[in-house]
Formats: sequence, C-alpha cells, structure tokens
Amino acid sequence: MLRADVRLRLGELDLVCDIEVGDGEVVALLGPNGAGKTTMLRAVAGLMPVDEGSVVLDGAVLDDPAAGVFVPPANRPVGLVFQDYLLFQHMTVLDNVAFGLRARGIAKAEARSRAAGWLDRVGLAAMAGERPRTLSGGQSQRVALARALATEPRMLLLDEPLAALDARARVHVRAELRRHLRTFSGTRLLVTHDPVDALVLADRLVVLEAGRITQQGTTDEVARRPRSDYVAELVGLNLLTGRAAGEHTVVLDGGAELVVADPPPGPEVAVAVRPQAVALHRHRPEGSARNTWPARVVDLEAGHDRVRVQLDGPISVVAEVTVAAVADLDLAPGAEVWASVKAVDLGVYER
Amino acid sequence: MSAGRRRRGARPPWGLVPLAALALAFLVIPFLALLQRAPWSSLGDRLSNPLVTDALRLSLISAFAATGISLVIGIPLAWVLARTEMPGRSLARAIVVLPMVLPPVVGGAALLFAFGRRGLLGGPVYDGTGFLLPFSLWGVIAANTFVALPFLVVTVEAGLRSADRRYEDAAATLGAGRWMVFRRVTLPMVAPSVAAGAVLCWARALGEFGATVTFAGNLQGRTQTMPLAVFLALESDRDAAIALSLVLIAVSLGVLVPLRDRWLAA
Repeated sequence: MLRADVRLRLGELDLVCDIEVGDGEVVALLGPNGAGKTTMLRAVAGLMPVDEGSVVLDGAVLDDPAAGVFVPPANRPVGLVFQDYLLFQHMTVLDNVAFGLRARGIAKAEARSRAAGWLDRVGLAAMAGERPRTLSGGQSQRVALARALATEPRMLLLDEPLAALDARARVHVRAELRRHLRTFSGTRLLVTHDPVDALVLADRLVVLEAGRITQQGTTDEVARRPRSDYVAELVGLNLLTGRAAGEHTVVLDGGAELVVADPPPGPEVAVAVRPQAVALHRHRPEGSARNTWPARVVDLEAGHDRVRVQLDGPISVVAEVTVAAVADLDLAPGAEVWASVKAVDLGVYER
Repeated sequence: MSAGRRRRGARPPWGLVPLAALALAFLVIPFLALLQRAPWSSLGDRLSNPLVTDALRLSLISAFAATGISLVIGIPLAWVLARTEMPGRSLARAIVVLPMVLPPVVGGAALLFAFGRRGLLGGPVYDGTGFLLPFSLWGVIAANTFVALPFLVVTVEAGLRSADRRYEDAAATLGAGRWMVFRRVTLPMVAPSVAAGAVLCWARALGEFGATVTFAGNLQGRTQTMPLAVFLALESDRDAAIALSLVLIAVSLGVLVPLRDRWLAA
C-alpha cells in the first residue's frame, strides 16, 4: 500500500496532494496539464523530494523530511513508465529491459535471459535485438513496461501511458495495457488527462486540479457525480451548483429554481444534467417537464450524429440534440429557444 | 501546388548568394595561392627532410596527447559545470573559456610562471625531483592542452545541457547508481558532443603556436612542431615553409573531412 502525502512547490505549482493506493488497486490521477500529476509521480519515485509530508510504501518510509529520511530513486522498489517511454536509444531492446537487473548487480548472461523472459511476456521476444527507434509507439510502451517490471518492483507508476500514441493505436494499446496492469500484483498508480484512459484502466480516480485534489472516488462515482467543472466537462455532464430550498427544490447560484425528483441530500448541492436530457423547443412547452426556461443559443458544435448546443440564459447548459432537431428548430447562434429538463433527469448530490 | 519548378532543398534569398560566394572565396583563395607557389618538383625531397618529419611527428604526438588528456579531464569538468550547483560556477566557466580568447603567447607566459623552473608549482617540483616541464615534449603537450581543452569542455558542456535528463531519471528509477548512470546513459547520450569536442580540440592543438613557442621553445626534434617549423622556414626557406604548410593542410583535411559529416549529422 502506498500513502503519499506530498506537499511541494515547483515554480508556479503549489502541490498539496495526499493519496492512498491500496494493494492490488489501480488508481488514476486525473487532471488538466500543469495540475501537478507528473510531479506527484516523480515525488513517489524519488526524483523529486517532498518539501513536507511523507511517502510510505508497504510500511517503509521512502521520504520524510521531518524525520530526515530520503531513499534515493535507485533504492526504491518502484517502477516508472515515462510518458514518452525514454528507452535508451544506444542499447538494444533486450539490454534496455536488462538494464535494471544489471544495475542490481546481476551478471550479464543471467540479466539478459531474465529480460528475454519479460520481452516474451509482452509479446516482443522477436524484437530483442532491435534498436528502440525501430519500434512502434505501442511496442515501445510494452518494452518500457517490461523494463520497469523486470526489476520486480512493489509499485508501478505510469505517466500518461497512452498520450504519445495516435488515436488508432490507443484503443488497442489501452486494452493491452489493461491486461498487463491486471497481471501485476503490486500497487499501481497512473497519471492521465484522458477520462477514457482513467475509466478503462483504473478502479479509483483522484482528480487533481492546480495542485489540489478536487474529487476522488470510484470511476463510477466520479463519472456520475462530478464535483468540478473540469470533471463535468470530461465526463460530458452539465454541472450546476446551488442550495436546497425545500423538499424538491434547488435554488441555483444564479438564482434560478429547479424542481428535482429526489430530495436534496444537504444544504449545499450539485446538480448534474446529461446534455441529452435537455430538450429544446421553439415555444414554451406545455408538457410534463417540470423545469423550463428561455435560453439563447451561443454556439453549435457538430458531433457524430448529434449536435451540442451551448445555451445562455438563467441556466447555462449544453444541450445535445439531433441534426433533425437543429433543422426543425432553425437553431443558429443568437436564436431564442425554450429549454426543458424533467425532474427525474436531474442528479442531485451533496457538494 | 504549382506545376512549375519543384526542387529539393531550400532556395536561398537572392541577397545571400553573393555574400556566401564571397565568404567561400575568402577561405579558398589563400589555399590556392599556396598551391600555386608550391615547389612541386622538389616536394618529395623536402618532405623527407628530418626537419619536416621531426616536426610532423611532434605535432601529431602532441595533438593526440593533448586531445587524450583533454578527454580524460575535460569531460568530468564539463559534467561538473553543467550539472552541479557549486559556488563560483560562473567564474569557473569564465576561466574555462579564457584560453580561447586570450592571445596564446600570454597563455604560454602564464604556463611558465606556473610550471617553469622558478614557477609557482614548477619550482618546488624541480627542486624535489629535477623534472622540468618547459622546453620538452611534455611542455609542448601541456601548452597544447592548455589552449585546446576549453574547446572540448565547452562543447561537451553544451551537449550535457541539451541532453534530456529524464533518461538519467529513468536509469535511476531502474536502480542505477550515479556512476552507472553516467557511464551507461549520460556518456552515450553526449557521445556526438564528445566527438565534436575532441575534433575541435585536436584541430586547435595541431595549429597551436604562441603558447608552445613561449613555454616549450623551438628546438628541432624536441619541441618544434609544424606551425613553429613553418614560421621559422618562412624567414629562411620559403619553399620549405610552403611544403610544410601543404603537409599540415593534408593532415588536417585527412582527419577533419571524414569526421565532419558524422559530427554535423549528430
């Protein structure tokens, strides 16, 4: 188990991040660029000492400035897969994987034969004699993974493992990485800015924004109940915040009132709305929807078969409608419409 | 795309061409003049003259020795300058480039005050062991190293600064200690800079004149290198000077041309 209570300053970044990763758990640190995700990994790996706090892995203190303890990276049982893999270009693929074993004083022949075993496990035995530059992105990642795992670390860190790949390779490599991650029994922490990577690869998410944790929980929880605009946008939900004002009423921060199906669970609440649940009408609707308001179209953005409509008004949300609806309603920037959402489509949770 | 002229490589702005031609001409014409004055018929005899062979031997020995010494002590210095936060580092860097900008004669004089018979270090060493650095082959090598070492240090330091240090981080997370990181990762990464620095260092040592003549003197067969022999011959025997120059040019081209493409490609 990893407990990393990291506080450090680096340039503009002021990082205060306290996380726990249980045995056999895969945790993803999710956040925008510059949030401090990579710095967090570097702190755990020992490449960046913490200013305050501590890093403890399986009961062994790796970094604790107050106690005067700092274990250098070379002596930490931690494997790190870098974003752009950083395979040593002047060595063969086999020697890259054997590097960590050689560093631990294992004789060359033994190190190479063990490395060959690891290459075989990631399906790259045939590339052993090649130089890293001849490998594809996905292959490079597997070599980097084999190199990190060859030293049999107790913890595996992955920095943006899929960011360097093109969209076509990602899908395949993501599935494969998921399989490899499952076979590693130690503690696993990965960093990504891609919610899909996080949802596919991790059991639990920690959202880091501007050096602070803004939300953590299971992937399901975070995806359904975003607590920041960043997460809401990542998972494609509208996030509204307000206060409970009665059994079925929420007053939003802007003053507008929403009728909700479930009673608000606390005084300060967040309301999540799927863009597909927001209906648009040319005239004020008369139907069963409990929430209606006038809105103005700010922008239209075409998706696969749906169009995302950015609305401004007493409640600013994104609606997602069909292309036919855009034509029917004659939607264009500046158009005046009515928006409606059913009470049952509003997810209410405590902030 | 237009159907007109397509070609590989960039076409230079028109103003650059005459200036580039001027620069090239300025570099080439002196060599042509030298070739035109060369005593081709008696060249064979002149080149087998002991004055020439001695000078060539000394020049090659001292230039290679200076390059070797520079590699051994210069790479560590470059590493320290590039990677550590030691106090006075900017002063140290200024001192490193000083021999590049200083007139070599001044360097030679400074070497004398340091390592001469009555020098700061040379005095005690001479009194204790009878060993004298100046006016010997060791003196030539010392003078060459003094002026050539900075070229290696500056080049390798630049290479170290531009190298991606995260490779070293990767090696460290794999368990490599500092020495292993340096030997197995850092050094191979900056190998092109080391090669370029060594070539510059060697070239500078081969052409060294001022510090050598001041510190090591001009003794044929002992300290007289090619540049010294050329300078002396210009006074007495112009044809011999030209012959010596041709040898120097041939040796330089022979070493530089094969290396230049590799080093520019890196």
